[in-house]
Formats: sequence, structure tokens, C-alpha cells
Amino acid sequence: MSTRTAPAPVPRESARRGARRTKGIAGNTLWFWLFVGPFVVGLLIFSYLPIIWSLILSFFEAYNTVTPSKFVGFGNYVDMLTDHNFLSSLGTFTLFAIFIVPLTFVLSLALALLVNQVKIARAFFRSVFFLPTACSYVVASLIWRLSIFNGVRFGLMNTILGWFGIDGIAWLSTVDPPWYWIPIVTVRLWLQLGFYMILFIAGLQRISPSLYEAAYVDGAKPGWQTFRYITLPQLRATSVAVLILNLIAAYQAFDEFYNLIGNVNFARPPLVYLYGISLGSIQDLGHGSAGALILAVIIMLVTLLQNKIFGFGKAGD
Amino acid sequence: MPAHLPSPGMSRRDLLKRTGGLAALAAFAAACGGNTGRPSDSGGGNKVNLSQWYHQYGETGTKEAALKYAKAYTDANVSVQWTPGDYGSKLSSGLLSNKGPDVFESQLNIGMVKSNQVVALDDIIADVKDDFQPGDLATNTVDGKVYGIRMIVDPQVIYYRKSLLDKAGIKPPETMDDLIAAAKELTTNKVKGIFVGNDGGLALGGPAVWSSGGSYLTDDHKPGFTGERAAQAFSKLHELYASKSVLLGSPTDWTDPGAINQNLCAMQWIGMWAVPGMQKVLGDDLGVIPFPKLDAQGKPAVYSGGWTQFVSAKSPNVDAAKKFVKWLWIDKQDFQEDWSLNYGFHIPPRKSLAAKAAKLQNGVAADTVKLNADYGHTDNPAWTPKMGTAFGDMLTNIIRKGADPAGEISKAEKTVNAELSRLFG
Repeated sequence: MSTRTAPAPVPRESARRGARRTKGIAGNTLWFWLFVGPFVVGLLIFSYLPIIWSLILSFFEAYNTVTPSKFVGFGNYVDMLTDHNFLSSLGTFTLFAIFIVPLTFVLSLALALLVNQVKIARAFFRSVFFLPTACSYVVASLIWRLSIFNGVRFGLMNTILGWFGIDGIAWLSTVDPPWYWIPIVTVRLWLQLGFYMILFIAGLQRISPSLYEAAYVDGAKPGWQTFRYITLPQLRATSVAVLILNLIAAYQAFDEFYNLIGNVNFARPPLVYLYGISLGSIQDLGHGSAGALILAVIIMLVTLLQNKIFGFGKAGD
Repeated sequence: MPAHLPSPGMSRRDLLKRTGGLAALAAFAAACGGNTGRPSDSGGGNKVNLSQWYHQYGETGTKEAALKYAKAYTDANVSVQWTPGDYGSKLSSGLLSNKGPDVFESQLNIGMVKSNQVVALDDIIADVKDDFQPGDLATNTVDGKVYGIRMIVDPQVIYYRKSLLDKAGIKPPETMDDLIAAAKELTTNKVKGIFVGNDGGLALGGPAVWSSGGSYLTDDHKPGFTGERAAQAFSKLHELYASKSVLLGSPTDWTDPGAINQNLCAMQWIGMWAVPGMQKVLGDDLGVIPFPKLDAQGKPAVYSGGWTQFVSAKSPNVDAAKKFVKWLWIDKQDFQEDWSLNYGFHIPPRKSLAAKAAKLQNGVAADTVKLNADYGHTDNPAWTPKMGTAFGDMLTNIIRKGADPAGEISKAEKTVNAELSRLFG
């Protein structure tokens, strides 16, 4: 009777393959962590840890220190929710969003439609409109403040007004009427239109030409009809993304306000107000943390609500 | 496994992977470390490293001067961090961490003392305390301890073009009504009457209160800006703003003489630091007045601002930092004189130095020094940034939005009272 007990070749080969697979996964995992690890560490240290610390601080008194001093429970939250300056900063944001979100949407879509139709030098036009995106908000704000919208007679806008015999305007200092909104809104439009235009162009290029052809066969006229019944519905997913990104970006408005008009109470978005409380000279990190978390919750809720209303991610998008 | 044998599991490739990973982590960690402003340990022998922080002075040569002083100090390696832009915020953040300055310039408020951000400097100032002006000591004193050594005194006043006032046939204003009338009179289609800052005159809030007989805080720590006369003074600031004779939207703000030098305004609220810059352009066509009194019962006012040197309580070398501060701002009188007089003009805080400051003995500089002596008000260290923000918001609403002063005062008073009760119980 044979007593050979050598392992069958198939299982042995399988084990070898398994070992290779394991080694391969280990190698990939190692490379993954090698490249991603530093960023994960950075994310943990500079994002999640501060958020957790901020949550802790929000329940404490913490003046001129990041160490919790005295437990105050929800006191800081109550203070912030009854603070007329904080509430007014939310009002400023709302006003800003009312200006900037629809304007950015319409103008970036219009630009995308125009650039997409250009037959010659399309890449050039895409680049020209996208280039401002690379510019710093601070630099753009300084150009707006010092050259274009300064209030003296040699400012660009006032020079143009002068040609028509109109007196110069102190664009950034006049509260009544609130001329400061024009520089604030235009600088952001200039900076971000190109980015959203690229998103829309990508969306436009995904629309199958056969849809338009079929529509023409059915008697649709090029222009408003095809835009209304083909382009716009086909851009639904892109449009919702643009609206959400735009609204979140509006909540995060800081640079243009801070650099154009400073920390003034009549047009102070939430981040400028919270910066002033926490990291400015006041150094009240308890109230600042509570305000930041309230703002984060509001942004999340609004984004979820927006998703719900527009149905972002639903089947068919 | 014997220690002398290499690890059988460590191939050349493994070694490269791991060292590569470590290098990436090290580079990341180094990038996160940032520049603390302190010199590196190498090259300094056994000397202590000190970091000294300044805001960016506008006058040419100041940065080089600060570097020169630091280099001249031989008992420690002193590095200078020169901060353009929002120095206050950067300093506040720096003081929260242990990567902040050892020595820094700022203005004292009681919050810095209560949260142990600064150390008392009584020991280094003791021998020369009498040589400082009482106001400059008071502004740096909390509970009887001196926390800072005044570096420079910067009176803020109104400078005006003599020729423009003469041409308009008007005298330098003595009351707030005169100031409003003069600003209107001096306004043409090219030149505005006065420049008080692009924010419409927030810097005038304190002087307006003083000119009406009030104060930020009373001696017994109560709001001092709540009276009817203060409200009247704030209303006058709004009247000035609404008169359309105030320059707004100037490319440079009130701390820079650009507006008056470029003939954009006839009068400008600014500090004495700008006198050399204005004289260079305008020559002798320059006069000075204090912030005018509210009315016959009021008194003119000068904001006696300036900068003070502090030692951070978080410094790992507090004693060495104190020694450096004493050397630079008490012992080295030639450097103090240089700092006060050779770039912009400032009044040296030491009486002995101020008395022999030749550049401040005549002309508009001498007039400013006299106005500061007669009408100067220094900061109250009990006035915290939170109170200042509430006060600024109040002024913004009154001056720029034309809000009712009484209602706005009441709102600011509430914040100030809450802050006072937190600090003083």
C-alpha cells in the first residue's frame, strides 16, 4: 500500500498564488500608506484634532488660552445664538449668498455655453476665463481696493464716472447706499467664474449630440428651445453641484470682506466675526469655538436640505 | 538572532522603502514646524536664542535699525521677526503657543496679565522708573506691577496745510463745530476737507469722548463713555462724516501721510511719526492742532499712543529676555534716541531723553510734543479688546449709519459691563 503523502500540486500552487497575493497586497498597502500616510497624519493633526479640541473648548471659558479654563456647559452656545453680531453676520452671509450664488450660476453657465460654441481658439478662451481662479483672493482684493474701487478721483471706476460727469464714489466706505457690495461681489465673480465655467463645460460635453439632432428632426429650434428642454435638464447634476459648492463657498467668505472693508459690523460674514473673536485680538476661544461649530452645523443642514430639494445623486443623474 | 547579523527580512528594497517613508515623514514634520522667528541652534555657541517681534513700521530704515540693535547685543542670539499686515492677530496667536516671541512690542491689556502672557518687569525698571512719564507707566501697570517698558510715545493729532486754511481765510479749529465748518470750507472738487481714516473716523472715538469730559473707563472701573455729552460728541462725529467733506476711500489709510501729501485732503488725523514724511513733501506748510474740544466746557484731546516692549511668560528664557529688554530699552540710550528720532518722529518715553531730543525742539514737532504734554491721554490697561470691539461697533453704527447714539451707547455699555464683571467681579 502506498504511503505517499506528498501534497497535491493544485493546493500547493494555490497556496503559492495566495502567498504572492498576500505579499502583493502588503506591498500595495505599504505604498498606499507611504504616500497617503503623511496626508492622513496632516488631516488628523490639522483638521480632526482641532475640530475635537474646538468642541471641547466650546463648553469652557478660554480667554487668551487654548486650554479650557472653566466649564460653562452650553453657555457659550446660548451667548452666540443670542449675540446680535453673530446673527447679523449670518444675515450678511444670506445677503451675500443671494447676490453671489445666482449670479455665479447664470454667468458661469453663460460663459460655458459661449466658450463651448467657439470654433476657433476654444482652449485659449477657456484658459483666459479660468486664469483668475489661480489668483489669490488677497491679491485680487488689494487690486480692487487700491486701483479699481478706491474712492479718490484717480481710481479706475471713479475715472470712468468722471468721463460722464458723475462725482466719484467712496465705493468701500459708503454705507448708505451700500456701494461696498459691488466690489465685494465683483471680485468674487472674477475669481470664481472660470472654475464653475469649467464644470459646466465638462457637463456640456457629456451631452450626446444625438439628443440635439433628434430634437431638430422633431422640429425644435436651436437656441432657447433646445437649451430649455435638452441642455438644462442634462446639466442637472452639474447645476446642483455648482449650487452646493457655491453656497458653501459663500458661507466661507472671508478674504474679500476682510481685505476690502475690514472687520466692520455692517458687512461682516460669519468667518470674519469668528476670526475676530477667536484669533484676532479678543482671543475668546470658548465663544469662537461655539460659533464655529454652530456655523458648521448650519452649513451641513443647508447642504443636506439643498440635496433633498434638488435630489442630487438620485438615479438618472 | 545574533546582534551582529543583518536582519534577513530587510532587503535593499525594503530599506529604501522604509528610509523613503521616514524621509517623507521627516519632510512633512519639518514643513509643519514653521518658522518660529528664533535663530537655529547652530552657530550661536552657548548663547541663548531670543525671538523679538515687531509690527511693520512704515518709516524707511526702521527694520534695519531693529536688526542692528539685535545684532549689537552680545549676550544672546536675537532674531527679529518683522510682521507686515495684521500684527495684532499674529501676536495673539503666537502668545497662545510656545512658538511665539520671547520679546515683543504691543499695548498692555489686563487680559494679558490675567492669562499669564506677560511677566512683570518691575526689577528692570526700578532704577529709572522716575524717568518715565506717569501716563506711560500707568498704561503698563496692573495691580501695582509694571509689565512693559515703553519704547516710543506717538501722539495722534490733526495736521493741516497752513496755506489751504489761509487761502480759505479760516483759523485752525478750536471746537468740534469749528472742525466741521472748516472741513466743509476746505472741500473742493479735488481736495476734501479732512481725512480721518477710510472707516469714517473710528480713531476719533477716544478723543471725542475725552473732548467731552468723559473717558473709556472711570477710575473705579465703570464705563466712562455713557454720558449725554459723550453722545453729543459721537453725534458730531457723524455730522462730520455726513458733511461730505471727509475723504473716504484713500489708497493709504490714516496712519500713512499719503493722503495729505498727495493733496487729497487739507487736514489729516495722524500720528507724529509721519512728521518727517510730511515735511519732506510739504515743507513748512504744516500746522498741528489737537482734537478740538466739544464745546466751551470741553477740553482738547490728544491720543498719546505708542508701543511698549514686553517679555512673554511662555518664553523658555525669561531672564535672558528681561536682560535684553533692559539693555535695549533702558541702558542703550543711543539706540532709544535713534529709534525715536531718526526715522519717523516719536517722543522718547524717558524724560531725560525727550528733554534733549533736538529734532523735537522746534516747528510742528515741538508743537505736537507740547500738545501731548498738555492734553495727552494714554490707554487704560483695563480696556480690553472685547470692549474695544463693542466700542468700535457702536461708533460704526453712529458715524456711518447715523444710528441713535443713546441706543448704541447702551448696547456697548452692556458688553463693557459684562467684561468688567468678568475681570473685576
